[in-house]
Amino acid sequence: MQTPTTLDQLSLNQNAEIVGIDWGAISDAEGRRLRALGIDEGVSLEKLHQGMFGLKDPIALKVGRMMIAVRKAHAQAISVQPVAASIAA
Amino acid sequence: MTEAAPLIVLAGNPNSGKSALFNALTGARQKIANYPGVTVERKSGHFAFADGRPAELVDLPGSYSLDPTSPDEEVTRGVIMGLQKGERRPDMIVLVLDAANLDNHLRFALEVIALGHPVVVALNMMDLAERDGLTLDPAKLAEALGVPVVPTVAVRRRGLDELAAAVDGRLKAKPDGVKPIVAQERDHGLRQQAKRIANQAIVSETAGRRWSERADRLFLHPFAGPLILLSVLFVMFQAVFAWSEAPIGWIEGASEWVAAAVESNLPSGFLRDFIIEGAIAGVGSVVVFLPQILILFLFILLLEASGYMTRAAFIMDRLMASVGLSGRSFIPLLSSFACAIPGIMATRSISDPRDRLTTILVAPLMTCAARLPVYAIIIGAFIPPTSVGPGIGLQGLVLFGLYVFGILGAMIVALVLRSTVTKGPNSGFLMEMPKYQLPSLRDILIGLWQRAWIFLRRAGTIIFAATVILWLLLTFPKVPEDSAMSQVDYSAAGRITNVIAPIVKPIGFDRDIALALIPAMAAREVAVAALATTYAIDAPDEEAEAKSLTERLQSRWSLPTALAFLAWFVFAPQCISTIAVTRRETNGWKWPTFMLVYLFALAYVAAGITYWSAVALGL
Repeated sequence: MQTPTTLDQLSLNQNAEIVGIDWGAISDAEGRRLRALGIDEGVSLEKLHQGMFGLKDPIALKVGRMMIAVRKAHAQAISVQPVAASIAA
Repeated sequence: MTEAAPLIVLAGNPNSGKSALFNALTGARQKIANYPGVTVERKSGHFAFADGRPAELVDLPGSYSLDPTSPDEEVTRGVIMGLQKGERRPDMIVLVLDAANLDNHLRFALEVIALGHPVVVALNMMDLAERDGLTLDPAKLAEALGVPVVPTVAVRRRGLDELAAAVDGRLKAKPDGVKPIVAQERDHGLRQQAKRIANQAIVSETAGRRWSERADRLFLHPFAGPLILLSVLFVMFQAVFAWSEAPIGWIEGASEWVAAAVESNLPSGFLRDFIIEGAIAGVGSVVVFLPQILILFLFILLLEASGYMTRAAFIMDRLMASVGLSGRSFIPLLSSFACAIPGIMATRSISDPRDRLTTILVAPLMTCAARLPVYAIIIGAFIPPTSVGPGIGLQGLVLFGLYVFGILGAMIVALVLRSTVTKGPNSGFLMEMPKYQLPSLRDILIGLWQRAWIFLRRAGTIIFAATVILWLLLTFPKVPEDSAMSQVDYSAAGRITNVIAPIVKPIGFDRDIALALIPAMAAREVAVAALATTYAIDAPDEEAEAKSLTERLQSRWSLPTALAFLAWFVFAPQCISTIAVTRRETNGWKWPTFMLVYLFALAYVAAGITYWSAVALGL
């Protein structure tokens, strides 16, 4: 079992499950938008891309069948548990 | 039948293919207006059932939730609840879902269905779902949701008749007897319920060819991605200028032909002058930009419809964040290189109000097409066509420098604004990136037609009024026969110039330039025509009159003045239409006034610095 980390530290092409989100670090409206896009505790994701020229910001995630871009600032508030295999077939 | 045609609204997540479905159902005859008091577009059209009965169709803004986080989502919520000002209560809600993205899109659908209003679900983009290796059972989904479900492929016009029949049947059915599903709690429960229902509807799921993901390995590559974006932009700007030359010639020819026709058919006098010099010249000088705007929009629509635009926003986000904006501002600012007006209108897609306001305020700093005629004539007259390196001419370099000057100015202004008047927490950049798809020609053409129509209507109203007023200022009062003054000097505009001239004298502008700046308020490129007119009137004899504007400028202007004039046009808000559209988009005079003041101040300072530096360098 790999150790939990935050979304910004997760390596590329790694599957993970969201184990916690520090909602206090995110504004109310942004939090609602995150949840509306399907990012919430218990959700499985895969980190697909990150920003240009090695700056690692923003980050593109695959959640379900959707690809979503989030900023590093938000990714730092999202704790994830890396998992071995892809859950979403 | 005395009752009004039923109102059917299309609702759904962004990227559900809702607008494509709307286009497929209504065709090109759509009405675009604003909901009262907000800058949210209301798109409506007409549609007929199989038996010919009409219905009104409205395309609601895409929403992720009934718990609104943007003005767009507020309007969607208002209409669905029957509370929106300027809209009657809908008779039917058509929920458009992306078949390949069911668990995410069902969240919003469940919220709406739970309200108990009549609903039909369009399970859209079935072809893309199949391509993704997904087989769905619409009947199972209908059973789980308790509402009719019709599979559609809007871009290929498949399933439209079935959808119309389902809506018709549902409208005729009595409201009782249907038991829509009850939605769970907000957020967490809702998401799990959506996932459960989606899984019920999925018959089989194989890992299909995910070519969209593979394409992103290239387009979002940390190094190749930005290079590809740069190439796309380069091709786009080349096309905007190269492809538009011929059509611009046709429009100029047509307006000259109309002017000649009026001249030969109307007796000389006030009316003829008014039509030729005021109306045709004024509106014609703006309509000339239609080809460039259409080419730019062709690219923008193609990039949007294919899904690439969100990738461009992703690539640009980090750079935009360094001046306090986000990747979402990239598209409006890109449009502003053709014209700030469509650019400012495109800021509606920015959800954060401070981001949006900042983007509106800096949009006029992007070098729009109207500045080109001004730049071209001044550069042609004052910058020698020497080479500064292999394949790099000095003239082209100066032109490029003026673009860079504008972009740098915009970045600095954005940074300053975000830490002063639009101060606030840096908003996040949360964006769905849809799968790539082949744009439908029909949707692109409808989009282009709508842009062209909005632009022409504007040229026919605001710009027409502005040019007429300026023409009147230049024509009245009439100079007396025995006066030694020219008509221009004697006119109201000439008198206004007497006030402006001392103000612009310190930045190297003489009275003729000050005079040209007044009509250039209608549109920047008018400055060129105004200079030509002034110098033509002032010419002492016919030989002097025959000299080209370039030669006249060379003999009358110093190089520092010419450079200061260029610097002025990088910043000066010389465009009444931009101010008008800013007033409309910000719902008041506060921000357009602010824009006017800060841009004039910047222009004054930049021109002054340029002039005095050039003088000090002995240029």
